[in-house]
Amino acid sequence: MGAVTVRVLFFASLREAVHEDALDLSLPSGATVADLRAVLGERLSGEGARAIADGDVRVAVNQRLLHSAQTRLAAGDEVAFLPPVTGG
Amino acid sequence: MTVSIRVQREDFSLADEWTALRARTGTGSGAIAAFAGLVREDARGGPTETLFLEHYPGMTESSIADIVREAEERWPLDDVVIVHRVGELKPGDQIVLVLVASGHRAAAFAACEFLMDYLKTRAVFWKKETRGAASEWIRSTEDDFERAASWSEPGAAGD
Repeated sequence: MGAVTVRVLFFASLREAVHEDALDLSLPSGATVADLRAVLGERLSGEGARAIADGDVRVAVNQRLLHSAQTRLAAGDEVAFLPPVTGG
Repeated sequence: MTVSIRVQREDFSLADEWTALRARTGTGSGAIAAFAGLVREDARGGPTETLFLEHYPGMTESSIADIVREAEERWPLDDVVIVHRVGELKPGDQIVLVLVASGHRAAAFAACEFLMDYLKTRAVFWKKETRGAASEWIRSTEDDFERAASWSEPGAAGD
């Protein structure tokens, strides 16, 4: 089974909790956003893992907000974890 | 309809943006409404020392473009300019500029206010306030949400 590499981005309070603004993650092909969350939960520190698991966190794939965690990821996708926006 | 959306660290000049807009709009535009937002000193009860704004390059600009499209559906607009600053700002600094040109003043005023109310709740920005040693990521206020929601009520201002 092949693998896909995606770029994961963290913004604002999540960036601070994770201590990184971006990382590349290799996932089995066919992996969904829910799978990515599970992998991240193991890879990140407790603080980072708790922060991205918060119910207010939204996920965008290729800059579009996601409505289903079952969306499959493709190689090169940009997956962003977004805390609630404050507005301008 | 010309739309110009910029997210930048640098300050902006109302005079320059105004002049550029005047050069683009023809004689059909009878009204230009302008709004500039500044960093307030007492944003939330104490003196704010710095306000840090973060954005998601690309997605932030599209979130603003979506808001402008909604305004275009409501009012006949000739030109819209939105300049939003990011990075570290201090009280008194300019943070946002909205210019709207339209045939008549009612549409220009209403669209300008609508754009600001929606920017405050829907645009992809995160703000962090620092006061002394304490800093905190802040959220939109209830008042911001109520103002934005008021545009979808029947008989909303400007409809």
